Amino acid sequence: MKPFRERTRRGTTAVYRHPLLVRATHWVNALCLLVLLLSGLQILNAHPAFYWGEVARFAHPVAAIDAVPRPDGELRGRVTVAGASFDTTGVLGASKSGGEQLQARAFPSWLTLPGYPDLGAGRRWHFFFAWALVINGLVYAAYALASGRVTGLLWPSLADLRRFGGALWDHLRLRFAHDDPGYNVLQKLAYVAVIFGLLPLMVATGLVMSPAVYARLPILGDLLGGRQSARTLHFLAASGLVSFVAVHLAMVVAAGPVNELRSMITGWFVIRREKP
Amino acid sequence: MSAKPPIATRRGLLGAALGATGAGLTGCDRIATSPAVNQRLNAAEGLTFHVQRLLLGRDALAREYPPSAISPDFRANGTVNPDSEDYQQHVASGFKDWRLEIGGLVERPLQLSLDDLRQAPARTQITRHDCVEGWSSIGKWRGARLGPLLDRAGVKPEARYVAFFCADTLELTLDGTGDYYETIDLADARHPQTLLAYEMNDRPLPVAHGAPIRLRLERQLGYKMAKYVMRIALIDSFADLGQGKGGYWEDRGYQWYAGI
Repeated sequence: MKPFRERTRRGTTAVYRHPLLVRATHWVNALCLLVLLLSGLQILNAHPAFYWGEVARFAHPVAAIDAVPRPDGELRGRVTVAGASFDTTGVLGASKSGGEQLQARAFPSWLTLPGYPDLGAGRRWHFFFAWALVINGLVYAAYALASGRVTGLLWPSLADLRRFGGALWDHLRLRFAHDDPGYNVLQKLAYVAVIFGLLPLMVATGLVMSPAVYARLPILGDLLGGRQSARTLHFLAASGLVSFVAVHLAMVVAAGPVNELRSMITGWFVIRREKP
Repeated sequence: MSAKPPIATRRGLLGAALGATGAGLTGCDRIATSPAVNQRLNAAEGLTFHVQRLLLGRDALAREYPPSAISPDFRANGTVNPDSEDYQQHVASGFKDWRLEIGGLVERPLQLSLDDLRQAPARTQITRHDCVEGWSSIGKWRGARLGPLLDRAGVKPEARYVAFFCADTLELTLDGTGDYYETIDLADARHPQTLLAYEMNDRPLPVAHGAPIRLRLERQLGYKMAKYVMRIALIDSFADLGQGKGGYWEDRGYQWYAGI
């Protein structure tokens, strides 16, 4: 990878950190993930229970969200994970979801697309944006590999990994090095895990749920532990992506939202300002 | 010229997005209910269908399982006991007078009793049933292969789809558009695992699972596998059936191609 272009104007030095293709695919990816999350929860609402293996064991889900009536007639939202139950009334299992009264609904209307129950529409949104995510991801990956961005910028070196402890300590104290145009080891590990781990896992587990794909590639089903395991992993990987985005956004705010956002919109990331 | 320039497409989406500030529905739902947006989203269904047919092949077999894998808790979805008088009489008489009609665009329309079907070329398979809701169950099916039956009836060259008309009414309507029906294309109809199943787990198909016969269309989701099939017709288009989308659930927003 070529070193970043650098320019200094009125005492401010910036590097051209994100070329247009990276910026464009970043934002398309962000939109896809948002729509896929909301439409995915719409689909999940049709059967909010998880199993392990090839098939459902309806009486013994690994985890489930449901609504149970209380003695006073009101609904209680409940999440059950490995036998332990949690009261989640108002958000999961039973929520007002725009109405006056609690209604039985795994994920509330503000977390689903469409906001009203419609499995067919949820699937329509999900598969359209799944295609967009995959095509966008392939464009990005081809560029990132061909341009040397993966090896030059993303892949952590041994020296990087040795700095892991120090970088973690710096982050915990919210101290960020702004003069480095590249990424620190925590960023590298997070980005590599998302780009080459979680996102491909999302696609693979999604494909295994397709009965047509499964017929052709049963080995993929075996690798992921069966269709219901794949469905459970699909949700866990999505939860991983949501966690990543939460930390990612928090880091953008902590590290300087203006500079970080500018770099992903215009490409230019300020590394140095000379004091007058 | 029928093709719109791409700018119109973008403007259409933008318009839908900008128009998404009405009362009653949230912004997202205004977009979600827009016919223009939904039409664009449907493009993905065609892409999925063509890519899957191209890459996965027409004849790949769905996985078959050992008897030990059969689910003890196979769920019955949709209608579990059609309440029409005709159907209930068939149940009472053990489907003795029931006849399956295979008609439409065929050379020799057939009227088949359950015994006729049992004598037809059959197949037994233990397969996984995937519901659109997300769950799966494994069951053992025995039934007449649809392909040889179609050959017996002689499919006319203009036929493109097979339509299944069922005894269950999910929605009471005056014009009958609430009756369950499904359509599949000929490639799927001739797939070796496509059956008119009359047995489930070594017993006559139970009423809850579609007695006397249900379609088995492995490699697609459960709602394609019509239960309580009373009549089969070869057709060249499903535009005139129901609301024109190719099935009861398709008319209500589900995808016609349910391989995903």
